[in-house]
Amino acid sequence: MDYDNLLSDKCKTIKPSGIRKFFDIATTMDDVISLGVGEPDFPTPWPIRQTAITTLEKGKTVYTANAGLMELRETISRYLKRKNNLSYCPNDEIIITVGGSEAIDLGIRALVNPGDEVLVVEPSFVCYKPIVEIMHGVPIVIETKLEDNFKLTAEALKAKITDKTKLLILPFPNNPTGAIMTREELEAIAEVLRGTDIIVLSDEIYSELTYSGKHVSIAEIDGMQERTLLVNGFSKAFAMTGWRLGYLAGPAPLVKQMLKIHQYAIMCSPTISQYAAIEAMENCEEDVAKMVDEYNIRRRWLVNAFNEIGLECFEPMGAFYVFPSIKSTGMSSQEFCENLLYKHKVAVVPGDAFGDCGEGHIRVSYAYSLKHLMDAVACIKEFVEEIKNNK
Amino acid sequence: MDTIVKLLKQNARLSNKELAAMTGLSEAEVAAAIKEYESKGVIKGYSAILNDDLADKDRVTAFIEVKVTPKAEYGFDDIARTIMMYDEVESLTLMSGAFDLAVTISGTNYKEIALFVARRLSTIDGVLSTSTHFFLKRYKEKGIFIDDEETDERSFVSP
Repeated sequence: MDYDNLLSDKCKTIKPSGIRKFFDIATTMDDVISLGVGEPDFPTPWPIRQTAITTLEKGKTVYTANAGLMELRETISRYLKRKNNLSYCPNDEIIITVGGSEAIDLGIRALVNPGDEVLVVEPSFVCYKPIVEIMHGVPIVIETKLEDNFKLTAEALKAKITDKTKLLILPFPNNPTGAIMTREELEAIAEVLRGTDIIVLSDEIYSELTYSGKHVSIAEIDGMQERTLLVNGFSKAFAMTGWRLGYLAGPAPLVKQMLKIHQYAIMCSPTISQYAAIEAMENCEEDVAKMVDEYNIRRRWLVNAFNEIGLECFEPMGAFYVFPSIKSTGMSSQEFCENLLYKHKVAVVPGDAFGDCGEGHIRVSYAYSLKHLMDAVACIKEFVEEIKNNK
Repeated sequence: MDTIVKLLKQNARLSNKELAAMTGLSEAEVAAAIKEYESKGVIKGYSAILNDDLADKDRVTAFIEVKVTPKAEYGFDDIARTIMMYDEVESLTLMSGAFDLAVTISGTNYKEIALFVARRLSTIDGVLSTSTHFFLKRYKEKGIFIDDEETDERSFVSP
């Protein structure tokens, strides 16, 4: 059969993730030291796992409501009140999704008509543009720059807004740069958006992992909650990546429509994960604080180590990535990463996997033990010195 | 626990420079803090965590439960101080529960330990009885896996 002919044109034109490509190379090699992983190295805190076990023992293994367990939606509602002073009604403003990923997919699918422009802040996680393209929307990239600490500025935003702009994807704290947006910086963004009909899809999956004060959601800014889809989840904060659980909170008229897509595509998110997630949000704040302390120690050490090697590294204040510049080596991101992998068996992700403006950088995850980080950085140091000596 | 102490507990070989980077302090501040911990006795020493199976194959270690009867002028502390003077004793702890002192002893063979218990430990004034348990295999010591490397189930690159 001519399978190629059977596939939809849209599906065929979607590019595979630049992260995956590297993964495929690394898996063919032995003894690779990886700094490429985008998930916590900590196991899910024990009380959460225990709750899942109890849920199974009690046989609570049936579908939940489409929008998710009411008890979990109430828990999330209280959590958003406590953390961000935001009020969301558990009845009709919150959907429990399969990871933050599904929430992003829902937000884009429910809003984008063919030809609609979607502003995507880059460098950023790899899924936004392909989903917009599947919807026949037009992704418009807003590049963030090292000199702005990879933050979105009001000027950069204004320059890309047209009368076709439907949606702004705002991914902070940011993967891969680790950049965050402060309240003042979000105020400036809100100022641009308030007079428009543009919706913000705020991907706040790393909201618990900040190192210079509490995370601020753009929904907290005056006049913004009514134009914001807040996306978050349990993967990064509670080390629950494999549980596949996230959520979306937003205006009821939008959420009501999204629920249809969720219902037909997913039915409901995993029941066992939902019960466990209640425990996570209600009782695991201390576990999260411990993980954040540990990440912070690694972050400080890593930023310092890269600057000493001569790979300039701005200080990220969120997530668990550093994004050093490799421009001093004269190599492209791809060349640097391929050589580092083949010659020194260290896997990092090239910055351009997260958008063209990530070129000249590499993403290094610190979701690893200090010992692992030190071993890996020693290899990177050797590699950088070899490059210098060969020049 | 202070971050410096916590980090040194995990890895005592971290340099002041590394500790400074990790904590956001200056090297001089780290050096001063460590000096103070040492002089106050918070930090008592630094030692390597060994896998005895590789470092010293013939080494035998035992955990001994000791029951004692303290007397008016000769309490738990005095009995403990007598026991801890022996070089063979690696650790000594006063316990709550079914016995009083937990003693860890190591030697080059089983007989050496048995003789130590019979001749030295049991004969101490106030020692009522002992129960000796030999270590067969160590899995984890001071938070570090001895038997095995920690495995990483995650993919090389994700998501």
